[in-house]
Parts: sequence; C-alpha cells; structure tokens
Amino acid sequence: MSLKGAIDLRGVTKRYGEERVVDDISLAIRPGEFFTFLGPSGSGKTTTLMMIAGFAGVDGGSIAVDGADVSALEPQRRGFGMVFQNYAIFPHLNVFENVAFPLRARHRPEPTIRERVTWALDLVQLGSFADRFARQLSGGQQQRVAIARAIVFEPHIVLMDEPLGALDKNLRYDMQVEIKEIQRRLGMTVVYVTHDQEEAMNMSDRIAIMNRGRIAQVGVPSEVYERPANAFVGRFLGEANILDGGVEAIEGDTAILRIAGLALRAKVRDTAKVGQRASLFVRPERVAIGDATGNRVEGRVRRVSFLGNIVRYQVEIASSTHVVVDVQNSRRQAYAVDDPIVLGWLVEDSLVLVD
Amino acid sequence: MTRTTSIWRDPGILIVPAIAFLVLGFAVPLVLFFVETLREIGSFADIVDEAVTTISSRAVVNAMFTTNWIALLVTLLTLFAGYPIAYVLANSDRLRFTLILFCIIVPYFTSVIVRTYSWMVLLGRNGIINQLLLGSGLVDHPIALLYNKLGIVIGMTYVLLPYMILTLYAAMKAIDPSFLRAAHALGASRTYAFLHVYLPLSAHGVLSGCLIVFILAIGFFITPALMGGPSDVMIAMLIERSVEIMLDWPSAAIMSLLLLAVTLVLYAVYYRVTDVRRMMGA
Repeated sequence: MSLKGAIDLRGVTKRYGEERVVDDISLAIRPGEFFTFLGPSGSGKTTTLMMIAGFAGVDGGSIAVDGADVSALEPQRRGFGMVFQNYAIFPHLNVFENVAFPLRARHRPEPTIRERVTWALDLVQLGSFADRFARQLSGGQQQRVAIARAIVFEPHIVLMDEPLGALDKNLRYDMQVEIKEIQRRLGMTVVYVTHDQEEAMNMSDRIAIMNRGRIAQVGVPSEVYERPANAFVGRFLGEANILDGGVEAIEGDTAILRIAGLALRAKVRDTAKVGQRASLFVRPERVAIGDATGNRVEGRVRRVSFLGNIVRYQVEIASSTHVVVDVQNSRRQAYAVDDPIVLGWLVEDSLVLVD
Repeated sequence: MTRTTSIWRDPGILIVPAIAFLVLGFAVPLVLFFVETLREIGSFADIVDEAVTTISSRAVVNAMFTTNWIALLVTLLTLFAGYPIAYVLANSDRLRFTLILFCIIVPYFTSVIVRTYSWMVLLGRNGIINQLLLGSGLVDHPIALLYNKLGIVIGMTYVLLPYMILTLYAAMKAIDPSFLRAAHALGASRTYAFLHVYLPLSAHGVLSGCLIVFILAIGFFITPALMGGPSDVMIAMLIERSVEIMLDWPSAAIMSLLLLAVTLVLYAVYYRVTDVRRMMGA
C-alpha cells in the first residue's frame, strides 16, 4: 500500500448563514483506506466531500493532505481524482478523450497519454469502447468511464460523490465489488459519500456516520452496526429494536433496564448511570423465537411481513412496546397475527444506548 | 364524432388564429406581389433573362458584396462583444442577472429608429464622442464615425447584439455546471477548462447566434439607410430604391426573391443546428 494519501480534517466547519452545515469535524483518513461518509440527505456528508475537493470553502478548521494544509488550494491544484453522481462525462469528447482529459490538462506527452488511457480503460473493462460517446453508453458504462478518468493519472486520493446513486440495484452491487477491487489493487485512498448503508458497509474500511453536520460515529462496518454509539446510528444502519426505559442497576458491564414493567439485561458502556433514561438496542436478527439464555419476553404477534429470505414479525410485548424479530424463512415455524409468542436474545447481543 | 372532438381538444388548435393572420397578412400578399410583378415581365424565359440582368448589374453585385461584408463584420463583432456578456449573464446570481438582462432587454424593446438616432447624436461630427476626442487632444479633426461603413457597423452591431447575447445565453445556460466542476477536479486550470470544455459545449450556441444575426443583418434597412454613406448601399436599400424611386417593380421583386431565398436557406441551416422546439420549451 502507498504511504501517501492521508487526509486530516481538523475542526472543519461550514456555515450557510447562521446554520452550521458541517460542525467542527475532526478525523484522520489513513493512506490506502476506503473511507465512507454515510448519512441522510442534509447531514453534511456531501458538503464535507466538497470541502475536501475544494469546491466549498472551509469556514473554520483545516484540511491537510499528507501533512500539507490544502484548505486554501483551488480544486485543480489538489491532485485528487473525482467521480460525480451524474458521471459528468464530457458529451463532446469520446471515451478515450474523456479518460485522457486529466493527462492532457497536465500536459503529459502523447505516448504516456495513450499508454495510461489504455491501462485505465482495460482496468474498468471498457477497452473496446474508446471511440464511443457518452450518449452511446449505459449508465453503468458511463460510471466506469468516470472511474477510469478519476484514476488514470494515478492520484493517491480519489473522491466519490454517491457514484452509484443512479444505477439500479443489481448493477449497483456489481459496481461496488468492482470499485472496491480497483481501490485495493491500486492501494489508493478513497473518500466515498453515500446514503445507502449496505453500500457503505460492503465497501468501506471505516465509516463515518453523519447527522446534522456532526459525526455521530466512526468505525469499521461491523462495529458501527453491532455497537452503535446512539439511537440515530442504530436506526440508520438498518432495522433496530430500540426500547425506551430507565437504568435500574449496573453490575459490571451489564445493566438492568426497566422497560414497560419488564427487567431486561444489556451490555453497558461507561456512559450510563443508575436512574438515567436509556434505551435497549438489539438487532431483529439477534432476537430468537423460543427460550434463550439472557432476556426472555412474552408477547403477541401483531404483524407478519414476508420479505422473501426472511420473515419479520412485529411482536407486542407490552402496550405500545414492540419488538421486531427477523427469522430465516423456513417451513419450521409459522406464526399468525394474534398468536402468543416467546422471544429471547443474548445479553451480549444487546446494548444500552444513552442519548 | 370522436375524431372531430379530438381535433378541437388538441391544444395545437390555439395557434390557428396566429397562423391564419400570418398567412393572410404576410404570406398571401408576398406571393401575390411576386406573382403579379413577375407576370408583368412576361414569359418564363423573359423572367430568367430579367433576373440574370438584374442580379449581374453592377449596383446589385456591389450591394450584395456590401451586404455580405457588413453582415459578416456585424456577426463577428456581436459574437466577440456578446460572448463575454452572455457568459457573465449565465453565471450570475439573481440580482446581477436581472440587472444585466434589464440593460439588454430595455433597448431591445425600444424602436430601432429611436436607437439609431441616439447613435447619430453620439457619433456625429459634433457628437459627444468627437467632442471628447477633440477635447482630450487625441485627434486634431473630427473623425468620420457616421455616414460610412463604420457607422453602419456600429449601429447594426448595437441593434443586433441582444439577439446574439440571448442565443448564447440559452446555450450556456444548458451547460451542466458539473462538467466544469469535473474539469477542475481532474486538474484543469480555468483557461484549460474554458477552452476544452465550456467553449466546445457552447459551440452550437455560437453557430446559432451567428446565423440568426447574419440572417437579420442581410435584410437590414433602417440603420444602414440612416447611418451609412451614399456609396454604402445594402440590398434592402436597393430594393426600397427600386420600388420608391425607380418604380422598377420587376427588379425589386427579383432582388426580394434573392434575399428571401438566401434567408430561407440560412434559416434551414439554423433550424438544423438549433433545436427550435426545445428553445420554445417543447
């Protein structure tokens, strides 16, 4: 892996009038890392990327690349590759010339251009499309051209702004695999922006989940999914049971929560205190039907959703308190609405969240 | 039954009054004029004879040369003056956009005669420009800015500039700003991005603007008649002279047909390069 391509954000802030769109973000992106900013629209993820790219000015803090402050540099002097959501393939140039653009802008000699463009097009499997124009290409092919164009000059850092947003689901998955593979082979740093949590988890080394201009959590995909820092992260990364209650007792790393009259156990981080309002977090796929060592609750099935490979039950365990359970679709168990049901989950699979 | 009602429900029916007005008020009289005048000349052979004589006459050849030369100059000048203005217009915030557009549109809606006379006040021997030049000591004698080709070109450039600006603006506004972003992100300097992305993407606007200005310029009458000199005769002035002074309607008809034919051919090209339907909002 290359040693270049580190990005340091220190207290980066962007204001639009009174509103802080990006509020005091600090993080270090490592060389060769696939780093994703994930968040809902308006969370500041795209603005953060635009500040890294240089299209949006920094109102506070600084951005450094490999130790050098680039906050005041124009985008064309930062030397990043960039892929846009709408591809931005130049319509007046063919595929070859589109990919050659960054090299021509850098006044590279013709033989180098020919060689690099051929290399980049082969890498995205578009070698035979050099003479085509954007309007003759499918969305997926246009996105490959955009990727080839972003890597042809071998930048240490490539920025990607929701590059797969316009593609349909199956193609999106294939492209995720392909982008990840290219990133790994070239050892480049990729800073990726998306609102799709599956995409983020599939590709990223680390994810920063953003909410209202701030970073809610940074971590490897399994960590942010299994151990969310708060209810927002828990909900944003897929289905989550978040049951509101209060902390009754803490025994080591386990807390007893009082939720709708039930005493439930969950793993606790040092932030929780006895008597505090808190929620119990558990993923639906970690809840099992039938007895389990750990937490055990009884309830009635209120809704059954058939989702293909899984069946999702919504179970009322107390008035206005529901637990969602995902079970693999099999012929074994089948519950109907209003059936009584027993649920259980391991204490290690649940977590106390304090907001 | 359903057929008749569907025709009446088609919104296309709404343009029928306008088309009818144009046909009755413009196309029919024009055709009648040509038919009547050409019939006066005689047989088809006579008409061809007359046409060859008229078109190859010195006056007409000179006028065609002058017309094309002036139209070309005016087209290039409006392009070079209009491109930067259109660029600023296309890349302005609301306030600046409104202000610039106001400055372009208001003269556009003012009578050509009024604007032409205003220029004559500025450009005359004792006009403001000559007074400034004399006063500052830059020249000893007033320079001839009026009643020559220079006067025509200045006047026509001014009158036709809005057409160029608005055509270029429409083309520039259609350029997705993400192309320029992509160019900058991928390492292009401002100049490189302009020359290799913006300019090529606005090229069809340049072509449309040049064609529309050229088409309008070759038929110009008032401005060259008022601001030109006795030897600067454009084709439209020659037609007017044939009708009003020489009372030579046949050659006027032949010259008009020539002008009409050239205009229609250029318009056909314009139609091909410009998506007229898209400009109309279809």
